[in-house]
Amino acid sequence: MRELGGHRGRGLAKTIDWKLVIYYLLLILIGWANIYASVQSSEPSSIFDWGCRSGKQFVWIMTSFGLAGIILFVLSPRVYEGFSLPIYLFTLLLLVAVIFLGIEVKGSRSWFEFGPIRFQPAEISKISTSLMLATVMSQLGYRIGRMKDFILTALIILVPMGIIVMQSETGSALVYIGFIFMLYREGLSGWLIFMVGMAILLFILTLTASPFTAILVMAGVGSMCICLYSGRFKWWLLIGVPAIVLMAFVPSILGSLAGTPEEVVEGAVETVVENVSIFSKIKPLYILLAVLGCLLPVGAYRAFRQRNMFSQLALVAMVGGTLLVFSADFIFNNVLQDHQRKRIEVLLGMKEDPSGVGYNVNQSKIAIGSGGVFGKGYLNGTQTTYGFVPEQSTDFIFCTVGEEWGFVGCTAVILLYVLLIWRIVKNAERSREAFTRIYGYCVACCIFMHLFINIGMTIGLMPVIGIPLPLVSYGGSSLWAFTILIFIFIALDRNERKYF
Amino acid sequence: MKLNRENKLLIGLCTAAAILIVKLFNIQIVEDKYKLSAENNTMVYSTIYPTRGIILDRNGDIIVGNKVAYDLMVTPKEVTAFDTLALASVLDVDPDVIREKMKEYYNNRRRIGYQSVVMFKKIPQHTYMKFAEVAYKFPGFRGQPRSIREYPFNAGGNLLGYVSEVNAKYMEQHPGEYKAGDYAGMTGIEAAREKELRGEKGYNIWLRNSKNRIESRYNNGEDDKEAVPGDDIMTTIDAELQHYGQMLMNNKVGSLIAIEPSTGEILTMVSSPGIDVDMLADFGQHYNEILSNPYKPMFNRTVQAPYPPGSVFKLVNGLIGLQEGVFTPGTTYPCSMGYHFGKSKLGCHAHKSPVNFEESIMMSCNAYYCYVLRGILENPKYACIDDAMDTWREYVMSFGFGQKLGSDFPSELGGFIPDSKYYNRYYRKGGWKATTVISLSIGQGEIGCTPLHLANLCATIANRGHYYIPHIIKDSENVEIDPKYKEKHYTMVDTTHFPKVVGGMYRAVNSGFGSGGTASIAAVEGLDICGKTGTAQNPHGHDHSVFICFAPKDDPKIAVAAYVENGGFGNSYAAPIASLLTEMYLNGEIGEDRKGLEKRMLDANLMDRVKVKK
Repeated sequence: MRELGGHRGRGLAKTIDWKLVIYYLLLILIGWANIYASVQSSEPSSIFDWGCRSGKQFVWIMTSFGLAGIILFVLSPRVYEGFSLPIYLFTLLLLVAVIFLGIEVKGSRSWFEFGPIRFQPAEISKISTSLMLATVMSQLGYRIGRMKDFILTALIILVPMGIIVMQSETGSALVYIGFIFMLYREGLSGWLIFMVGMAILLFILTLTASPFTAILVMAGVGSMCICLYSGRFKWWLLIGVPAIVLMAFVPSILGSLAGTPEEVVEGAVETVVENVSIFSKIKPLYILLAVLGCLLPVGAYRAFRQRNMFSQLALVAMVGGTLLVFSADFIFNNVLQDHQRKRIEVLLGMKEDPSGVGYNVNQSKIAIGSGGVFGKGYLNGTQTTYGFVPEQSTDFIFCTVGEEWGFVGCTAVILLYVLLIWRIVKNAERSREAFTRIYGYCVACCIFMHLFINIGMTIGLMPVIGIPLPLVSYGGSSLWAFTILIFIFIALDRNERKYF
Repeated sequence: MKLNRENKLLIGLCTAAAILIVKLFNIQIVEDKYKLSAENNTMVYSTIYPTRGIILDRNGDIIVGNKVAYDLMVTPKEVTAFDTLALASVLDVDPDVIREKMKEYYNNRRRIGYQSVVMFKKIPQHTYMKFAEVAYKFPGFRGQPRSIREYPFNAGGNLLGYVSEVNAKYMEQHPGEYKAGDYAGMTGIEAAREKELRGEKGYNIWLRNSKNRIESRYNNGEDDKEAVPGDDIMTTIDAELQHYGQMLMNNKVGSLIAIEPSTGEILTMVSSPGIDVDMLADFGQHYNEILSNPYKPMFNRTVQAPYPPGSVFKLVNGLIGLQEGVFTPGTTYPCSMGYHFGKSKLGCHAHKSPVNFEESIMMSCNAYYCYVLRGILENPKYACIDDAMDTWREYVMSFGFGQKLGSDFPSELGGFIPDSKYYNRYYRKGGWKATTVISLSIGQGEIGCTPLHLANLCATIANRGHYYIPHIIKDSENVEIDPKYKEKHYTMVDTTHFPKVVGGMYRAVNSGFGSGGTASIAAVEGLDICGKTGTAQNPHGHDHSVFICFAPKDDPKIAVAAYVENGGFGNSYAAPIASLLTEMYLNGEIGEDRKGLEKRMLDANLMDRVKVKK
């Protein structure tokens, strides 16, 4: 094999990260075996039979190996940096085109169809966005703290994400949130991740408990952060905690003051009746808002006097959080699509629906739960093979793992993913080139998001979001995408090992 | 280890993995509700269909029984290459049908998996026996026994009703009660007593393995549930009489109903042409044939056809007139070939004039009832004709007309009796008078009653003023009938007025030929039949022949109404048929002197006279 400029580094066997390759191969084999397990009952045939999914997956696997070979041996690792912009733009074009030219699958227009082959541009987009991010962020002089750079980075992520949302593929779009971890590694303030987390928490609290609880929690966490930051943690313990606990009792105090109107005896003194009605009209939320409203100008004054940037931002964030709490119902009822709303309702336990929307999750939990410690043994699963579990070879492939291999098998698969991601992160950190490091983190983030959302969905931790389990789920499009994603990193990594 | 951002992220990764693993630990090891649910998922419930209750006649003879038929089940996965022609010839079907079905199973093989599907439904026993002999040549095929209906008597499809597989609409109407593949009674007695007849399904529980193959009984069958057979139903029908009535009405369009006046029990209920019981057993297969029959055999004329009653209705008008006091039984009215008013005339046939009340019934004088109805409607007691008309309607309705009688037989219709509002709408208020509606006097015009109404009228007169709601189910161990069927329903006419009507009806039958009695042909010696003919004018063709009668006069055992479409005069078909049925019921045979009449009635074919839409 010839190398650029005639430099010959160390040989192939010594430069390729074999551990990564082995994790990759193991996951692909596990996936293939489980795809066979999930289809063989309805159609007993050889695992290589072209007519069933395991046979087709075999073809995808073989072609993936071909792609990996091309990436490792044919393409120079130098091309990615130079071509990332054209690739990125071309992918955006595909993403837009598929909305108009694609075929409709389960309500979303995100698939191109060429004869027997279907592919999803959103899968390629993960690769091109990762490359683009690596290219931009590895430029000399790039600083994520600088507003211009930050906005550019955000746009690179948000533009494809927005187009994918327009394809009604919200699930695939969610994966892009994972890039935030890469940004964090590259210097983005940790508070951003914290705020995103808080926003999700507030949203859920508003829907499941009440706006009162949500704002109270936000006030507690916010004040704690400010106090922690300015080194007044004791003050917070002394004043903040009692105040918040007191506020927490306001609803029950009000409730006992108001009494229940039915208890008032007919013809009782009118003033008493009036008293009762005043207390029952006061909502705890208003009291809380009034208290916060009084404290806010005081806090803002202090923050500006002390030129405490953190406190200022924290206060702004809290105002934003309050607005979010009040718009949560609106977002939930008007912005989200019907099926998404139902899935969230079921996930949060707001509605029990074992046969409707909750059916998938319920059946999937039954399948996984019935596996027990060691599982029922390969090809002996009963739940996954009768078609109780839908999409069992694609999005719900983890059910087959859970039922036939049990807790031990599930843990092993999860640990294998952790090893894979860990290894990628370690290699990325070891790298001397920012491009390789950033790209490596992107790959790790993508795999992690897919892993967590997919498995979380099958065991009821996440709403039902149809994204595949990387390398394991059936499907050529996804397998190819992750193969390319991982092997570009292996190639980049190898390029460095050659010389260092 | 430094707590740099790399390590923080790695800690985050491990935390996330830990969250997943803890949750997995929870659902896979800690909680067992998922394991129980999984067990339920692997249990297969195979339904045991109950045998349907038997339908008996009033004497305990079976009119609807059960026999075994077989559904040919096939498990496509187990089928090997087989001789299609041999199977087709054994089952007596077209080989192409088998080929097509096998192809369809192949196309749906994913969905079917290891399950069995029904290839042919309800194969009769003798065909199945032929198959059973060679079944070893056809692996994957087996028969599943299923009980289907058997009909020892030709008691008429409309009366008995048919049983068929429930469709989506039916399941929607009876939420939670039926599943696809269940059978239910759709019409007639089968529908009326579906609740008792259907019984309760049972099930066997089997366990299946991951190949979807049945492995063993669950818990040795201890949790299985036996099917509970449906309750037997005793009807008020007299099977022999029903069969005889069926023969009499053969090749005629119309209805024949017999009621036991002292109980309101329906003895016979024939709607002709009807559905042959042979077709009933396999209704689905004959469905299109039955639907396309121009004579509409599905249409149950006995309870659904609103006919003008014709002269039979004079009895009602007479009774109302007596009760209202507009005339007395002795009052005589003249008749000169009809009733003249203004320039118009309502014609009558040649008979002596004037006549009194009894004679008017005997000779069926039209003019007499024009006077009577005019008397009723122009009664000075009432401020205007509207009030008189509405009072008249109330009287008529008290006989059960113009409303559903409330029989337990399904799909009964109410017929129509007009009121003042109805005429006000057509002629505007004050724009009509007694002579406008004069045809009501002889049961013509804007009036519709079902043959069941007429039979009920006959039973009312036989009872001298009261009736029991006609019903078809008898009290038995299993089934208690609604107490309303044991209540007497009195009309608004005093019972003292009825004997005169009975007298007239007796004279109409028993005065001998040449006396002017309209129904002499119905006379049977020793039975004291009382009857009234009717000839309902039919602008579309031959008049309809109507006759009601009861016997014996002083201790009525049977009240009959016969309505023969396009039969001509009341005494040409309806009267002979009704009297033959009465004679058969009371004497058990037909007298020698009436054998000729019987033969003529059995052989008569009026189907050509009936105009049908082609």
